[in-house]
Amino acid sequence: MSPNTNLAAQEIWHPAEPKPVRGTVGRSAVLPIRPGNESVPKVRLEDVTLKYASETGAGILALDRINLQVRPGEFLCIVGPSGCGKSTLLHLIASLQSPTSGAIAIDDDYVSTPGTDRILMFQEHGLLPWLTVAQNVEFGMKMKGLTKADRAERVRHYLRLVHLSQFHDSRPHQLSGGMRQRVALARALATEPDVLLMDEPFAALDAQTRDMLHDELEKIWAETGCTVIFVTHNVREAVRLADRIALMTFRPGRVKQEFVVDLPRPRHLEEVEVAKTAREILDSLRDEINKSLEAEYANEQRR
Amino acid sequence: MSSAARSEATAAVRYRPASGMNRNERESSNRPGLESPRAGTAGKILNQVIFYSLLLGAWALLAKFKVWPPYLFPAPWQVAEALWAGFLDHSFLIGIAVTMKRMLIGYGLSVVLGMILGVGVASNRFLEETVGPLLVSLQSLPSICWVPLAILWFGLTEKAILFVVLMGCILSVTIAMEDGRKQMPKIYTMAGRNLGASGFRLFWHVMLPASLPYIVSGLKQGWAFGWRSLIQAEMIFLTVGLGQQLMMGRDLNDMSQVIAVMILIVALGYLVNRVVFRTMERALQNRWGLNPTV
Repeated sequence: MSPNTNLAAQEIWHPAEPKPVRGTVGRSAVLPIRPGNESVPKVRLEDVTLKYASETGAGILALDRINLQVRPGEFLCIVGPSGCGKSTLLHLIASLQSPTSGAIAIDDDYVSTPGTDRILMFQEHGLLPWLTVAQNVEFGMKMKGLTKADRAERVRHYLRLVHLSQFHDSRPHQLSGGMRQRVALARALATEPDVLLMDEPFAALDAQTRDMLHDELEKIWAETGCTVIFVTHNVREAVRLADRIALMTFRPGRVKQEFVVDLPRPRHLEEVEVAKTAREILDSLRDEINKSLEAEYANEQRR
Repeated sequence: MSSAARSEATAAVRYRPASGMNRNERESSNRPGLESPRAGTAGKILNQVIFYSLLLGAWALLAKFKVWPPYLFPAPWQVAEALWAGFLDHSFLIGIAVTMKRMLIGYGLSVVLGMILGVGVASNRFLEETVGPLLVSLQSLPSICWVPLAILWFGLTEKAILFVVLMGCILSVTIAMEDGRKQMPKIYTMAGRNLGASGFRLFWHVMLPASLPYIVSGLKQGWAFGWRSLIQAEMIFLTVGLGQQLMMGRDLNDMSQVIAVMILIVALGYLVNRVVFRTMERALQNRWGLNPTV
């Protein structure tokens, strides 16, 4: 645990630093299947800035010169108060939105259109309700132009991975919230993305389901070796999952601080170490939360 | 259609109740949550039987005591006789056939053209800003207002009737298409783009199915408006058809026939609504898990 202040401007990725141990998750010791070129960051954000016009017409600076590098196979969590632009940042990485200035590179290639190399998982309601579970999982592969046999094979594989094989032909509305998010995860994984972008994917779930999904996600991450950028407002969740945590400020969104979490995996939410680490980060986050609340109250009074 | 009716139509589909424009709909989708469904249905049927028996009884009594002269206020059995006679000499069957044929052609045309227009307006900024307001304002024009224009353009022909039907229902379909594109949850398009869909495939695989609840409600409304326009047009054009038979009843001072034809028009409208649109809505509800709200 090494909290480094004001890292946004510094070199944030330390190649010399040993990679956090991918612990023994489940039964077997796991290694990334797809070792990328370790010297090239998987995702690189260069001075990403986003401005938009508010209802009153005034320009709002949502994201201010975000610089981030994520190395291949890394699990990065982004935490920050609500309204700090965390989700927007993911939309930008997925190219669902364009930054006002700055650039985003995947493997050193600048990107500007959505691609299945980086799949975004939404907080909820991201599944297409008119399709069955299998058709949802199949969707990205269909768009990629895979053959029917290949798709069927992979749908089976990924549904098994998230333990939903028997719900192959169900409709999203017939599933519980946790199951739906697992379908969404399977759908994201099925296109075999290099980067998994997760936008508070477990925020709407109950605590038990969330715990279980943390375990599953960690396992799948270790098995597939994909890079994960996980947005959450829950600091404990971030400590539970992340190799590294980037803390964002409230409006304009900036990367305030970064933390490397080198606790052994698998971690548990209840562990003292996790709580302690979360506490440290939370102290740093508190100012930002207060700012966000103040802004909300100010809005209230204006009304 | 007024703007109030339009907003009601869109409100009806806001991704929860897929149905619910007219009262019949709302009552029939009223599934009590706590009682057993069977008891609810039986209760509903009982209510309906009691209500319509009372209505019919009151009508019969009023006619029996000749509160108004019989040529102005025929008894239920006289109307039933007129209905029976009309079916016996095939005039009603022919009228229904001709009217339904016109309706199907006019409606089919409106649906195709309306959908194209709707997609155009929803996806093109220029069209949205120019044609969009025009569509909404034209909705306030009763379709019967198109009759003089249709007669001058096409004469007293089949084309003119079809034109009136077209103008009667194309706007509902267009506006529903446009609304669907605008109001469907943005997350579906985002998810689609994120998974690699773009251009036509995004439209076909995501936008079109996502706006289906709106489209169905537009189709239903289009049918209702088209049906009214057609009957109105037939009453004026006086070619074979239900509308003409209605006018003939008036000309012959035959109130029984007038009421018989009115009953036919209502029954046909209800039947189509029940069979076609209810089925579509049910299918949609089952697929999407949209719950009919009370």
